[in-house]
Amino acid sequence: MSRVAIATDAIDVGAIVDEVRGSGHGAIATFLGSVRDHSDGRAVAGLEYSAYMEMAVREMNDILHEALALAPGADIVAVHRIGKLNVGDVCVMIAVSHGHRAPAFDACRYMIEEIKKRVPIWKRERYADGSTEWVNACATSAHAAPHTAGERA
Amino acid sequence: MNLAVRVFASYADIIGSDRTTVTVPEPATVGGVRAAVAALYPALPAHPIIAVNETYATDDVAIMEGDEVAVIPPVAGG
Repeated sequence: MSRVAIATDAIDVGAIVDEVRGSGHGAIATFLGSVRDHSDGRAVAGLEYSAYMEMAVREMNDILHEALALAPGADIVAVHRIGKLNVGDVCVMIAVSHGHRAPAFDACRYMIEEIKKRVPIWKRERYADGSTEWVNACATSAHAAPHTAGERA
Repeated sequence: MNLAVRVFASYADIIGSDRTTVTVPEPATVGGVRAAVAALYPALPAHPIIAVNETYATDDVAIMEGDEVAVIPPVAGG
């Protein structure tokens, strides 16, 4: 079974690995994103993620189906957390199981790269000095160019 | 056409709200929304990304009554 989710609670890494583990799948690739303690030379105290929830889930589902086309037969779970996170918290997790490692790695990489490019989730960094700033907010629209249905196919 | 538009994250901070209403010439298109948003809020980038019914949309996409339209800041997930 494959699925995507936006979660407001802590991501249970072990439970998600167990979810994709199957007796027919010898390879399990995982990616974890975790909140780091610095950004552009500033000390980060934490992050706050927000999402356009309905669209984020829809876009993650599109990406999931594209990844399944890359790795037919894979089981894939992708979860992105939103809300307030502290340094070291897991903000995103991808787990892919497959009969062989190459498709598992490929699908895992594809999922995280496309999630970062396309899913409408935003993060605001909270710095040690108490100030906050939206990440990537000054990027031009070309930097995060929308994928049209045609480009996605 | 008067159109309700959802606004998110840094853009919501800039305009001080997570929704707004813009007036778009008919037939309404995404290009019309983009121009109307830019005219109403000069502090926003001139060519914001627009989604219609939870899908990224290019300027030529038509907008119908009842469509959900959103202005999408550059994404920063992961």
